[in-house]
Amino acid sequence: MKTYLLVAALAATVLLANWLTSDGEDIPSSDAELVISGPFEMVSQDPSEAGYVFTRMQVLETLVDVSSHGELQAGLATDWQHSDDFTEWRFQIRPNVSFHDGTPMTLASVVNSLRIARQKPGPLKGLPIESIDTSAATNELVITLSEPYRPMAAVLANYSTAILAPASYQGDDHHVEQVIATGPYQVAELSLPHRLQTQRFDGYWGAKPAIASADYITGHRSETRALMLQNGQADIVYNLDPASMDMLSHAEGVHVSSVAIPRTIAIKLNTALPLLNSVAGRRALSLAIDRQGIAMGILRVPGSAANQLFGPAMGDWYNPNLTQPQRDLTSANQLLDQLGFNWPAGSQFRLFEGKPLQLDMVTYANRPELITIATAIQAQWADVGVQVNVLVDNSSAIPAGHHSGELQTALMARNFASVPDTLSVMLKDFADANGGDWGPMNWDYPPLFALLQQMKTEQDPGLFHQQAQQAAAMLAAQLPMIPVTFYQQQTGISDRVKGFRFDPYERSFHISDMQLNAEPQP
Amino acid sequence: MMPAAAIRNLLLRRLLQLLLMAWAIGTITFVLVRSLPGDMAYRIAAERYGDDAITTAAAASVRQELGLDVPAWQHYLNWLLELVQLNLGNSLVSGDPVIHNLQHQLSYTLALVFAGLLVSLLLAIPIGLLAGFKANRGADHLSLLASTLIRAQPVFSVGLLLIFLLAMNIQWLPVAGFGELKHLILPALTLGICMAAVSSRIIRNSTVDVTRSAYYQFARVKGLSRWHTFVHHGVRNISVPVVAYLGIQTVMLIEGVIMIESLFAWPGIGHALSHAIFSRDVPMIQGAALLMGMLFVVINALVDAICLWLDPRLQLSASTSNNASPTNSTGKKTAQEASL
Repeated sequence: MKTYLLVAALAATVLLANWLTSDGEDIPSSDAELVISGPFEMVSQDPSEAGYVFTRMQVLETLVDVSSHGELQAGLATDWQHSDDFTEWRFQIRPNVSFHDGTPMTLASVVNSLRIARQKPGPLKGLPIESIDTSAATNELVITLSEPYRPMAAVLANYSTAILAPASYQGDDHHVEQVIATGPYQVAELSLPHRLQTQRFDGYWGAKPAIASADYITGHRSETRALMLQNGQADIVYNLDPASMDMLSHAEGVHVSSVAIPRTIAIKLNTALPLLNSVAGRRALSLAIDRQGIAMGILRVPGSAANQLFGPAMGDWYNPNLTQPQRDLTSANQLLDQLGFNWPAGSQFRLFEGKPLQLDMVTYANRPELITIATAIQAQWADVGVQVNVLVDNSSAIPAGHHSGELQTALMARNFASVPDTLSVMLKDFADANGGDWGPMNWDYPPLFALLQQMKTEQDPGLFHQQAQQAAAMLAAQLPMIPVTFYQQQTGISDRVKGFRFDPYERSFHISDMQLNAEPQP
Repeated sequence: MMPAAAIRNLLLRRLLQLLLMAWAIGTITFVLVRSLPGDMAYRIAAERYGDDAITTAAAASVRQELGLDVPAWQHYLNWLLELVQLNLGNSLVSGDPVIHNLQHQLSYTLALVFAGLLVSLLLAIPIGLLAGFKANRGADHLSLLASTLIRAQPVFSVGLLLIFLLAMNIQWLPVAGFGELKHLILPALTLGICMAAVSSRIIRNSTVDVTRSAYYQFARVKGLSRWHTFVHHGVRNISVPVVAYLGIQTVMLIEGVIMIESLFAWPGIGHALSHAIFSRDVPMIQGAALLMGMLFVVINALVDAICLWLDPRLQLSASTSNNASPTNSTGKKTAQEASL
């Protein structure tokens, strides 16, 4: 009797497990041709919240596209023009584009999408837009601003401004119930927050992709993603940590791609604090950092040490004439001595008003290397007598600390290309003494503020380049934020994938340009 | 004979506990989450819009949308009112009903826990019995060594070792993911092996206690075969402490599978709860804590009921002392009882 009971219990458990993992709501097994795994979860279908996954999977498209060199190019808009003062922008919309439900993309649906995007958090919301409308005469999209805004077209390359069919939106709050967009891939099945299954959209306006289906799967841990690639469960995995990169570089059938992207690991400073309110103090801290050591020892990417905020991937804003700072403890100590921060014999740290000279440094765990780098900087600044308390928090602690004025320093990996025109970031973060949420804090430097105002309406590309170089040099000299390293995106790719290229602007996986070998390469 | 009245009384008491516990857990969770440092609006905005898009403007938008400026006691009263109507509210991050999210996530966690429990029983019962019957001999020492080695490892490293062995070297199983039964095997095996490392020792100790007891020895002396003695006088008595322990272990597992869910990209409640805590998604945290608390009571009630069924003498202690837990019994019999 007991044996029967035991067998029945075992059978029931197996059936229960099977039922729980394969009921109607759940996802079919991944039989997609291509599987991509990354760390990010999709919290919803709204472009303002999870658009970065849907654009990368080429489901969503924006009016403006970006080349791998950062140049703006035609997307759903074939061309655009602006008035001389950058207050009126006209976009010609691509004809014969269909949404995934077969309905045509019209000027009205474009205007509808942009007006909804403007109501939601994102780069469009903060702009001085007077109207988003259509021109009946010329059949164009017309955006009118109350003041000049040179990076307007670049804002329309941001994922939050992607164009959706009117049927995607529901309710008064226009929440996105279903992603019906225009990309070469359409949503086949969605299981929030962990999996997006897509299939080729046969009605796509552009070239037909070779790969028929592609999945995005959230793999929370870097080592799990690396193992999924080695095991053949995934074809492309990204945001790899140094240990996983090492492992994959020795594995068969896979290779690692390392691409410089417009993201920089930098230290945000509250320049109202006594140690940080002078250039000499900030320079001393910069000189105390061993960037080459961090690049080699922690990131394992030689050559990624940063001598300026904007890296080589950032076109006009990267100034190649700036010298690479070397760690120089003697000079750093001299500068701090001159500022009057005494370091009495026998004291572990310098003193300020009789107490150890200390700074809090906030960082966050979503990018695991940040914590290690923060502790390295803690040790390196201790060498010049500055005590650092590393506080690991959520990334929101940085803008919240900026807003409350309580932040002292923060180590962050700042994406300078979420709008692929650096001027947009500069105007947001560096245009006045308040600074932006992710920019300097209490840094009052009128020469740069004036230069940026000038750049807002600069029409000559040559002059604009010179001004950008000048701005980069000012930031490197004044150090309102201390650059540490440039970011390299590490991606593992199966050898069976052909035509892979990582988009430095992190907008697309370029699945439609890829092909697959029938069998993995030996 | 089944002690039906005792079991009914027990379940009624547990039902009352369940209601009190639902209120207490929700209230404590609310107070704790509200007391955490950091601005809720920023936290929620970070989870919604990602690290690159979290700004003061986004936080202000979230604050306005969710009415976070409203006093905390009003939020609490709203939650209580909704709870009475069996409504757990909506997630502050995704906007979806909490119950919908929990249903989805809990089903995965339960599947993982039940499968892990099954693996652990399949491993622990034969190993524990063997070690118990061969106490202080080679098999017992070997099982103690294996158990200590496995228990000394974090569950994470056991999982990685199994991935290397079964997914990388012989490529029988996928590394991670969900959606098919094969995805369940590696996480369940990891969980089961870690559970079996302890439960096999519990079974071993229980077996030793029972086989060395007077009533068990007496049964052998009076002429019963080893098998008959084990079946009639061993199984039930060995089972009582083991079932009690498994109940506690199952509850701990539901809470503690975060690492396994994270390692194997398994979309369960542990991982979701950790995300909810980081993003201050109060309704989600309250809902998850409430559900786990209810599971705790339900599983404990079931365990106690099974123990009562296994050892009817426990109803005597339950009736003499309402507070006495039936699972505290040692499950030993006297020689006279065994001879009846």
